[in-house]
Amino acid sequence: MSPSIVFLIATVIKLALIAFVLLTGVAYIVWVERKVIAHVQVRMGPSRVGPHGLLQPLADLVKLIAKEGVIPADVNKPLYLAAPLLSVFMALISISVIPFGTSITVFGHKTMMELADVNVGVLLILAVSSLGVYGIALGGWASNSKYSLLGGLRSSAQMISYELPMSLAIAAPLLSDGSLSLRNIVQAQHGSWHGIPHWAIFAFPAPQIFSFIIFMIAAFAETNRIPFDLPEAENELVAGFHVEYSSLGFAAFSTAEYANMVTVCSVATLLFLGGWHPLWPVKWGSNFAAPAVFLLAAALCIYHGINYVRPFDRITLPVIGAVFLGCAGLFLIPSGVPILGAVPAALTPIFWFLAKVCFLLFVFIWIRATLPRFRYDQLMSFAWKFLFPVALVNLLLTGFLVALFS
Amino acid sequence: MVDLLFFGIFALVAVLCAINVVVQTHPISSALSLVGVMASLAVLYLMLGGEFIAMAQIIVYAGAVMVLFVFVIMLLNAGVEVRRGRSWTATILGAPALLGLLGVLACLLARWFPSSPVIKFGDFNGGGPQQIGYALFTEYLLPFEVTSVLILIAILGAVVLARKELD
Repeated sequence: MSPSIVFLIATVIKLALIAFVLLTGVAYIVWVERKVIAHVQVRMGPSRVGPHGLLQPLADLVKLIAKEGVIPADVNKPLYLAAPLLSVFMALISISVIPFGTSITVFGHKTMMELADVNVGVLLILAVSSLGVYGIALGGWASNSKYSLLGGLRSSAQMISYELPMSLAIAAPLLSDGSLSLRNIVQAQHGSWHGIPHWAIFAFPAPQIFSFIIFMIAAFAETNRIPFDLPEAENELVAGFHVEYSSLGFAAFSTAEYANMVTVCSVATLLFLGGWHPLWPVKWGSNFAAPAVFLLAAALCIYHGINYVRPFDRITLPVIGAVFLGCAGLFLIPSGVPILGAVPAALTPIFWFLAKVCFLLFVFIWIRATLPRFRYDQLMSFAWKFLFPVALVNLLLTGFLVALFS
Repeated sequence: MVDLLFFGIFALVAVLCAINVVVQTHPISSALSLVGVMASLAVLYLMLGGEFIAMAQIIVYAGAVMVLFVFVIMLLNAGVEVRRGRSWTATILGAPALLGLLGVLACLLARWFPSSPVIKFGDFNGGGPQQIGYALFTEYLLPFEVTSVLILIAILGAVVLARKELD
């Protein structure tokens, strides 16, 4: 087969896989969020649909599709219908430049674990996220409602303001990496020094820990999450910019919000937390972290399945435990096995990447369960009077240190 | 061949969006058409090998400047533009005058640049951030700094105009 045909087939397969994993993941982030917040507040959370509410996302999806999509009177119809589409498109486009692992060789054809390695990948993500504002702003404006208009206005002002510290925080690690391609940035963070990994937040001349914190704060504002969820502040604006949307329009906005969360967490992982590089060196056994985690999860599930509390737990929990055992087995295939021998080497980087992304997503949910909302003037003065100058000083210091030591 | 196809598509989109900016009666629709012009221009830059300029075009113009435009239009709640009848001179002379102007321009361009080389997509490869940064801080240092000072003056002017009167 000619290389271009192979490239096309590989791209289509990767596209289908990424879209499936991302959209399923987005649905289950909602479940995890409801569960975590419930447990923080000493409640049970969703527990009726399926074991531990595991089928709740499916039920939500069926409900959202089956509901009638109401179009209110006197809306600007083309823009009202285009806004959620725009929002979800922009959220899904940026995932295409995110590398989530090294390369894999199938039947002699080598393929990279990402959709596109763009040499200005960081800028592409910034550009697409800056276009994402239109979805929210236009949705708020086209709905012809005071609440949604206020939500749209707030969100455009907030996203423009927080984009500045975010870009400055991104620029600082780029100074020492010397590339705008996300794959090269991750490769520059390879290796470790006496057990301390070469991640950007621990890097030698200028540790990027402040850039990381600034980036995460700005990321909360860019994705409209608590404590910066002023565009959809329930007690002031009912539901903010999407108050007039129902059915699939609402589903699109909510998908976009969670997909944006996944994107910013992936970018933070790639820029600051070393991408798919492990937390401790391979010679200290970091390759066995993944099977250990899965074995522990399997043991927990099977133990609780044997000592069951609810009758159906004795069936569901061992089944889930067996799935985890299978996952652990995938990481433990010896490299001598003919075709499957390459599986652990391909999956271990993906495991580390996903582990870091999931940890950051958990931080997002944790903070939502912990912090109250900012007041609007506090939000603005925090961005312009504190975050922006700090990011500027951080960038200057980083540039100075990198110039001094290189 | 594919390059030519893409050039045709995005050049057409840019021109149609530019016409739409003038034709639309609602300010928001005009502003969104302008976003379309900016984005198609970015694609054309990308095809010519200027990937950094293309991304900067989207981030700065389509992302920041036009969002501010839309923000102001939404904030002031600008209504639909009211059309008045065109004057008879514009109706009769508009299209011939436009054609004449385009003809004169084409004629002048052909005379001034008789044998300019044909640009091929993919020939130019120096549009990366490193090359642009190097050029900005060596060859074009003075224009770059002068522009910065100009922007600084504009910012100061905006602050002075927006400042509340101190009593």
